[in-house]
Amino acid sequence: MKAQRDVWGQTLVDLARTDSRVAVVDGDLATSTKADLFADAFPDRFFEIGIAEQNMVGVAFGLSTLGFRPWLSTFGVFLTHRALDPIRMLVSQTGAPVKIAASYSGLLNGSSGKTHQDIEDLAIMRAMPGMTVIAPADAIEAEAAIRWAADHDGPVYLRLARDAVSDIFSPGHAFTPGTVHVLREGNDALLVSTGVQSSRVMDAAALLAEEGIEARVVHVPCLKPVDEAALLSALSGPAPIFTIEEHSIIGGLGGLVSELVTSTTLGKTVTRLGLADAWSESAPNSYLLDKYGLSPARVAGQVRHALADD
Amino acid sequence: MSRTQATKTGTAELQRLAAAGRWHVIKTVADAKAGHIGGPLSAMDLLVSLYFNELSVDPGNPQDPARDRFILSKGHCAIGLYSVLALRGYFPVEELATFDQGGSRLQGHPDMKLTPGVDSSSGSLGQGLSAGAGMAMAAKQLGTDFHTWVMLGDGELEEGMVWEAVHTARRFKLDNLTAVIDLNGLQQYGWPVSEDDDRFDRSNPWSGVDLNGVFTCFGWNVISIDGHDFDAIRDAFDRVREQRGSGKPTVILAKTIKGKGVSFTEGTYKWHNGIATPEQLASAAAELGQVFEGEAK
Ligand SMILES: Cc1ncc(C[n+]2csc(CCOP(=O)(O)OP(=O)(O)O)c2C)c(N)n1
Repeated sequence: MKAQRDVWGQTLVDLARTDSRVAVVDGDLATSTKADLFADAFPDRFFEIGIAEQNMVGVAFGLSTLGFRPWLSTFGVFLTHRALDPIRMLVSQTGAPVKIAASYSGLLNGSSGKTHQDIEDLAIMRAMPGMTVIAPADAIEAEAAIRWAADHDGPVYLRLARDAVSDIFSPGHAFTPGTVHVLREGNDALLVSTGVQSSRVMDAAALLAEEGIEARVVHVPCLKPVDEAALLSALSGPAPIFTIEEHSIIGGLGGLVSELVTSTTLGKTVTRLGLADAWSESAPNSYLLDKYGLSPARVAGQVRHALADD
Repeated sequence: MSRTQATKTGTAELQRLAAAGRWHVIKTVADAKAGHIGGPLSAMDLLVSLYFNELSVDPGNPQDPARDRFILSKGHCAIGLYSVLALRGYFPVEELATFDQGGSRLQGHPDMKLTPGVDSSSGSLGQGLSAGAGMAMAAKQLGTDFHTWVMLGDGELEEGMVWEAVHTARRFKLDNLTAVIDLNGLQQYGWPVSEDDDRFDRSNPWSGVDLNGVFTCFGWNVISIDGHDFDAIRDAFDRVREQRGSGKPTVILAKTIKGKGVSFTEGTYKWHNGIATPEQLASAAAELGQVFEGEAK
């Protein structure tokens, strides 16, 4: 069990040994994002731009036109919000192979509070044509996604979490865009999640099982592209659908699943769990997860409650 | 065409090309019923000088890795760039007639995926200098010795991202990067001074600011010229080449007139964009045609 950020820095160092296109463009947060591992190993391909996120994106784009495959390294919130316009025009519209490593994503940011929590990124990035949007479950899937993205000739948004979560996948796991993973079988409820929340949802499913409720857990690591047929098949059956994400309930995984379900004849309702259109606050992780209904116990509680209401 | 070959284009020929470029701007925008006038015209003498006197590029091989790079950061002036690219031989002049029409390679704002000779997409103002800095940094890193040029508008300089790039360019000692600022003193609306007297009377975006001093303080080389004086432009380009190796990026502050070259568009913000009437087209053709006889039909 490792943190995704540790894996990110180390994997880029590994990749850069054999791939001279790998570069890192930093926004003065290398010690937090672990880009410092890369800076030490490959100072020539490490570009410190300072606290200037829009400029970082422009510089990464410029580097990419000369054959580099640069990784932007800073907190996700400063890229998806402050630098959204250059991401849109210079990266997304041109299809430049710039990789957006959104470190410290989601709600859990070491008590930094709402300024640093990125709870809208999936909605924003998912709406951007041509963007691949990945939210890996654990460090193993993060490493696989980084290796895949490094080879991909186009823009990638990679949502990474600061702290370690329990591993879902086994070492050697390979990432394929679009794949949907059924992590656990069950016929009473369908729990769909993405990113590191999937690990907590597995724990929630274990709690529900103790009460005799068997939930199928579906992990969606790639919000775009997504294998719609595979996702629909994972969502089929009589059990009610819950989406659970460390993100606003608007436009992220809940949006994706709702859109898919309403554009087919599946005829099921979707209950979206996540931040209900509200700003959060500074607090320890466990407090925030409980408050916003994302801790294993609170997820299990909401599912139990909803099933009892039916 | 190498740099030394390119510098053979004489002033009279540059004048003729600039007049032709200006005509294509006005005519194309009138036909397409869309596009910008004032900015492309103020930049035309600089664009023509760059493409016919300075840039080491090959229209037959637009993606040549060794080519100099040019980014039109003020992307709304796309039609000015397309006119010059057409004159330089990147695509037929007749193709200008497809500008802004469905299915065209010539989009309303520059699209590097579609138009030969366009090195960077642009349109949202303020981003080009960062892109150019990235290209210049890559060139240094890879040991390639092309030069990167970025043209910006003076209104565009209000964007904060420009100043982020100004800092980075100095920090990375990008003496292979040059910004050309088209200082026409007008933007789209700007700050009106008085309601009834707005011709020649809008306050300059940078009035009260010592732009030369600002760039100097950021550690850049600064060259100030009249952006319609071909000899001054040629000298400035020579000095840019001399500055390579100094570790300093260069900015050319080029004083220009918005809408330059056609009497009814000169010096007014009102022709930032605009569709010429048939009478206005005829009068523009008469004015510009004196310089490049026969072409303004
Ligand atoms: C980020 C952004 N904001 C606003 C615009 C709309 N816009 C297009 S041109 C223009 C004025 C530009 O003025 P300047 O840079 O001085 O250009 P020029 O006078 O040479 O046309 C504006 C506001 C834009 N394209 N991008």
